[in-house]
Amino acid sequence: MSRPTTAEIVSKPPAGSEQLARSICEAHGDRPDELLEIFHALQHELGYVPEPTLPVIARALNLSRAEVYGVLSFYHEFRRAPAGRHVVKICRAEACQSMHTERLCRHAESKLGAKFGETSPDGTFTLEAVYCLGNCALSPAMMIDGDLFGRVDNERFDAIVADLDREAAA
Amino acid sequence: MSKKKNRPRQLSNPQQQAQGRPQQQAEMAAEPMVRKTRIFVPRDAAALSMGADAVAKAISAEADKRHANVEIVRNGSRGMLYLEPLVEVETDDGRVAYGPVKPADVAGLFEATFLKGGSHRLSHGLTDEIPYFKDQERLTFARCGITDPLSIKDYRAHGGFEGLSKALAMMPLDIVGEVTTSGLRGRGGAGFPTGIKWKTVHDTKADQKYICCNADEGDSGTFADRMLMEGDPFCLIEGMTIAGIAVGATRGYIYIRSEYPHAVATMREAIRVATKANWLGRTIQGSPHDFDLFVRVGAGAYICGEETSMLESLEGRRGLVRYKPPLPAIEGLFGKPTVINNVLSLASVPIIIAKGGEYYRDFGVGKSRGTLAFQLAGNIKQGGLVEKAFGVTARELIEGYGRGTRSGRPIRAVQFGGPLGAYLPDDKLDTPMDYEAFIKVDAMVGHGGIVVFDDTVDMAGMARFAMEFCAIESCGKCTPCRIGSVRGVEVIDRIIAGIERDQNIEVLEDLCNTLTDGSLCAMGGLTPMPVMSALRHFPEDFNRPARAEAAE
Repeated sequence: MSRPTTAEIVSKPPAGSEQLARSICEAHGDRPDELLEIFHALQHELGYVPEPTLPVIARALNLSRAEVYGVLSFYHEFRRAPAGRHVVKICRAEACQSMHTERLCRHAESKLGAKFGETSPDGTFTLEAVYCLGNCALSPAMMIDGDLFGRVDNERFDAIVADLDREAAA
Repeated sequence: MSKKKNRPRQLSNPQQQAQGRPQQQAEMAAEPMVRKTRIFVPRDAAALSMGADAVAKAISAEADKRHANVEIVRNGSRGMLYLEPLVEVETDDGRVAYGPVKPADVAGLFEATFLKGGSHRLSHGLTDEIPYFKDQERLTFARCGITDPLSIKDYRAHGGFEGLSKALAMMPLDIVGEVTTSGLRGRGGAGFPTGIKWKTVHDTKADQKYICCNADEGDSGTFADRMLMEGDPFCLIEGMTIAGIAVGATRGYIYIRSEYPHAVATMREAIRVATKANWLGRTIQGSPHDFDLFVRVGAGAYICGEETSMLESLEGRRGLVRYKPPLPAIEGLFGKPTVINNVLSLASVPIIIAKGGEYYRDFGVGKSRGTLAFQLAGNIKQGGLVEKAFGVTARELIEGYGRGTRSGRPIRAVQFGGPLGAYLPDDKLDTPMDYEAFIKVDAMVGHGGIVVFDDTVDMAGMARFAMEFCAIESCGKCTPCRIGSVRGVEVIDRIIAGIERDQNIEVLEDLCNTLTDGSLCAMGGLTPMPVMSALRHFPEDFNRPARAEAAE
C-alpha cells in the first residue's frame, strides 16, 4: 500500500475544515490577538492546520493571508501536515545532553524507523526534537502525545513504546 | 496535545471524597469509626513522568482490596524530584515520605503498615525532616507540595490570600512601596528591580493597563515556574491580582509555553475556581477592585520568553522582538502600560505583602535580597528544587544538596542560568549565588537553573550547540543574531576541524563581540556567554586532534 505524499495530504484537508475554522474564529470573537489560540484549537481538532483554512481565518480576523501564514510558520508547534498517530518529542537541550540524550535520540530513530522531523513509514510515529520539557532533574526527558516521561534510557524507551502498542491493540 | 487524557485528580472512592468525614453506613456500622488516612501522590508533571498516576491507581486498588479507609490527595511536588513519585502518608507525627515508589512497591508498603508511617526500604521518615528539605528557606514555594493545588480551602489554611486581603485595603503606592522595600528583583533572569518597574506603570496614565506573566520557561535546566503553576497556582493568581491593584491594571495574561500542558490545565482550572470564589473577577471580595486573568499558550518559540517578543505573540503575531524604548511599562501590550514579570517574581509578592517588605529583604546578601528557587538539573544525583536565600554557594547546592553527578564521575562543567548562561569549571563553584558575585566571574545567576556535566562532556560541542540553538531560535529581526549565529556554528566547526585554529578563534571572539554589542535582545546578546566561557575555561576541548570526518 503506497502512502499519499505530503503534498497530496495537504491538498485534501478533512471535509468541513473550513467550516470548523470559521466557527473556531467566531468562538474567539474573530479577534486577531487570538490567532495562536485559534491555531491551537484547529490543531487540537484536526491534528494540523490545513492550508485551505488560512484564507478563511484571514477573512474572519481581517488580516492578510500573508500575516496569517507568517504566524503559522513562525511557531515550531504548529503543523502544516498531519503527524503520525503518536508524536514522540525527545528533549535535546543542555540538561538532557548532560545525561546523553543523543544516545537516546539515535536509539529512537532506529527503533521507530524515522529520523527527527519525520514520520515512520507505517504512519505510527512522528519523531521530533524539543528544547526543554521542564523535567531537567529527571533527564533525559521525552513527551508522547502530551504525556511526559523522565529518566528515559533505551530500555525504558522500548517499554514505553511497547505500552503504546498494547494500548492501541486493546 | 491532541490526545491528552483526562487524568483523575483524586482516585479514591468518589463517595468518600464528596464528604468531609466518612459517614456511618449500614455495612460499616459494625466497624469502629476510623479517620480516613490521607495519602499524597503528586500530580506534578515531573512526578507523572516517573509514573505517579499508576502509583495512585495502585494505592487506590490496594486500599479497596484491604478495605483500608484512605483518601488520595493529588498534591504538587515538594521539589525532591529524585524521589518522585514521592508518596506521603499523613500521621499524627506529621507526613511520612516514601519514594521513589513504583506500582509494584505498593502492596509491600501496605504490608509494612505505611498507613501508620511504618518503616520500609523506601521510607525517608518525616518529610519535613529530610535534610534536602529541612534547611530550605521556602518563601515562594512555602505551600508547594503541601496542599491540594486546586483547593481554595487548603490554600487559605496555609496563609493563602493573606497578602491579597491586605492589599485590597492598601493604597496602590503603598503596595509598590512594600515591593520596593523587599528588594525583589526580576526572577526571570535579568534581575531588574520589580518595585521600580511597578512604579513606572503606576505613574503612567492610561485607560487600560495590563499585567503579563511570563511563563515561557524555555531555558534548559529550569522548571521552577512549572512546579509552582502546577503545585500552587493560586499563589501566582494572588501575586498578579496584587500587581493589578498596585498599578491600576484590571486584566492579566499568563503566557505559558505549549511544552507545559499540565501547567496550562492547572492554571486554567485554578482561574476558574478562583473566579467562582470571587478572588478574581468583579469587585473582588466586596472591594472596588476588578481583575480578570487569562491563560495564553505559546507555540514552541524559545524567543517568546523575551518580553517584547512575548507581547507580540500575545497580540497574535510572529514573536519578533520589539525595539526598546518605548519600555513595555509605558507602551506594552496593545500599546498600553504593562507590567511584565516572571512567574516567580509575581508568586513572591503575596508573602511580601502578607509579611512586609522588610521580612523578605532580611533574607539574602548584598543587592540580592530574598530567596531564589535553585534548580538542580542535568547530570546530578539528587536533582530538584532548592529554595534558599541568596548567598549560598554553588558547591553547597551541587555537592551538598545534589550529591554530585548522577553518573558518579567527576564534575567538569556547570552551566548557570540557562542556555544563555556561562559554563563554569569546578574551581569557580565556591562563588556565592548572588547577582553581583556571578557577574564578577563573567557568569549570571539568571533564573537559578544549574545544569551539571560530568567529565565526558565535550565543551567545544556545547559551544557549538549554543550557537546552533541561537540559529534555530533567533527571531530573525536583527542581523547579528540571525546571521552571526549561523556564522558562529561554521567558525566553531572550523576550529573543531583544526582549520587555521588560532585565526578562527580570533574570528569567533570578534563575532561574539558583535553579537554582544549589536543584538537587539538578550538572545543574541548573551549567546556569546556560553560560547566564550567554554572557550575560556576549557580551551583544551577546542584544541584536540581533528577528527577524520570533520577534516573532510
